[in-house]
Amino acid sequence: MAKRQKGYHPKKRNILYRVIKKLMRLIQPGNALNRSLGGDVVLLLTLLLFGMFTAYPMVFIINNAFKPLSEILVFPPKLFVRNPTLNNFTDLILLMSESWIPVSRYVFNTVLITVVGTTGHVIFASMAAYPLAKHKFPGVKGLNKVVVYSLMFNGAVTAIPAYVIMTQLGLIDTLWAIILPAFAFSLGLYLMKNFMEQIPTTYIESAYMDGASEYQIFWKIVMPLVKPAWLTLIILSFQTLWGATGGQYIYDEALKPLSFALNQIVGGGIARTGVVAAVSLFMMIVPVTVFIISQSSIIETMAHSGIKE
Amino acid sequence: MSALIDKVNQRFHRYLDKKREVREKRKLERKRDFKRSRDLYILLTPYFLLFFLFTVLPVAISLIFSFTYFNMLEFPKWAGWENYRRLFFEDDVFLIAIKNTIMFAVITGPLGYLGSFVFAWLVNELKPKVRSVMTLIIYAPSISGGAYIIWRLIFSGDMYGYANAFLIRYGIVLEPIQWLQNPDFIPFIIILVQLWLSLGVSFLAFIAGLQGVDRTLYEAGAVDGIKNRWQELWYITLPSIKPQLMFSAVIQITASLAIAEVAMNIAGFPSVEYAGHTIVTHLIDVGNLRFEMGYASAIATILFVMMLGGNLIVQKLLRRVGT
Repeated sequence: MAKRQKGYHPKKRNILYRVIKKLMRLIQPGNALNRSLGGDVVLLLTLLLFGMFTAYPMVFIINNAFKPLSEILVFPPKLFVRNPTLNNFTDLILLMSESWIPVSRYVFNTVLITVVGTTGHVIFASMAAYPLAKHKFPGVKGLNKVVVYSLMFNGAVTAIPAYVIMTQLGLIDTLWAIILPAFAFSLGLYLMKNFMEQIPTTYIESAYMDGASEYQIFWKIVMPLVKPAWLTLIILSFQTLWGATGGQYIYDEALKPLSFALNQIVGGGIARTGVVAAVSLFMMIVPVTVFIISQSSIIETMAHSGIKE
Repeated sequence: MSALIDKVNQRFHRYLDKKREVREKRKLERKRDFKRSRDLYILLTPYFLLFFLFTVLPVAISLIFSFTYFNMLEFPKWAGWENYRRLFFEDDVFLIAIKNTIMFAVITGPLGYLGSFVFAWLVNELKPKVRSVMTLIIYAPSISGGAYIIWRLIFSGDMYGYANAFLIRYGIVLEPIQWLQNPDFIPFIIILVQLWLSLGVSFLAFIAGLQGVDRTLYEAGAVDGIKNRWQELWYITLPSIKPQLMFSAVIQITASLAIAEVAMNIAGFPSVEYAGHTIVTHLIDVGNLRFEMGYASAIATILFVMMLGGNLIVQKLLRRVGT
């Protein structure tokens, strides 16, 4: 509107401008104020360029997984596959059946860690988030503060004493050493708590007046209302656990997870490139699928993620 | 007369009954309230038991250990400030590690933060369907688990490495470059990979925050004389997503100071001339390979102080946005 006052008239623009504008409308809604077409195009190109940078290794993994070895080692290397084959996957199975730990064992370990760890995390974190978000009792403020502070440092800081504690508990060389700490990820609790804060307190109080116990309120009223937050906790915990190598806690080869095995195969050198690509594809495809399914819920949860004063 | 006394008596008893009833009801209520808070504490217990066991307790233990000599076999011996003195005056590798950590953090932290915001902001301008696809593409590196391993193939030291092949093909270099063995290149490659990974949770938080900005604010802003997208960004968008700005800063600072896994898997462990050595890899080296737990705890304590300090300073700065 402002532009029209300055004597601007869109009809006077040339054909190129109009074509570009039409094209841009395909991907941008065009209802935003204060936008110039030039700026839109430049910023969009930046986005595309960057998208190529982040997407490149994925495209690379997908293509390499289906390349025959001769094509992987061709000079100069090509990004896209020309004669797709499943050889890498059969090689992988062959390699893994020859090794003294079958690949199925690594897959089983990773799946077990991920499923048990994620389920426990979602349940325990939601259980703890409910009182913190919706009730006032001695200690709430303190616990909330501790959780926010714990976001401010990384697990690496506590690696040594955590190792000592694991030893004392007898958890070294068991999958519990990865699973139990995963139950208590602090980011999950934090996001869940913030999401629960927006449930109207009247829902909870009226259920309580009708005689529901806190357990019933939690399970029947609160939990169904925070489904988007579950999915967010699931994807965050999933991606952490799926990539867990268990490096410092697990020494028994039969209990190692898949990403540890992947690192070892990569260490095997250039001849294994095809197999590496096959494993990488598998490692990538599962969390990506989970993310695609849960994307909108995650965005919804993250809207409440901020640190308020 | 006796009829009157009976009547009074009756009333009195009724009064007593009612009082007892009320008292009992109150007692029941109190019992229920007690049960309620007990239930709430029970809900809290499993999570916080594990949380204290694996997060709070280790921090406390680490602080105490850092003043002792402890090798996992003998009982810890008190050592005072000895570990810290050794760190800063005798351990050359630790000084390299601190230098690298700060360099990595100062580059990847702010760039990752800025990148997360800028790309969330750009993605947010798109139509919903295009937006979901772009979100996936940009977020994908952080969800694909150990997929960053692929960078090792890209920067492989022979001519089949993709970077080398590219450079040789266009005649920029004649001999393949030993990317991951050359201390001049190692830091750059680690930073590159880390940046590639850095659009994670904070990127999602920004997208969510941007979608939650009240649209009428923009209209009001246009009326009030905001002329272009940059003014709109500074005066409306940024102040509206302040909570997300704070949250993402915490996530980015913490992640950028703890770079280790990428460094170890890309540049090797230990890396050539310690070019990819960070505080965390030094911690792993001392703790897991040499079992000097007291010394390692001192390293952890320093890292802890750096993370907490960095976060608190940035939180203070961010409070000023839009004021």
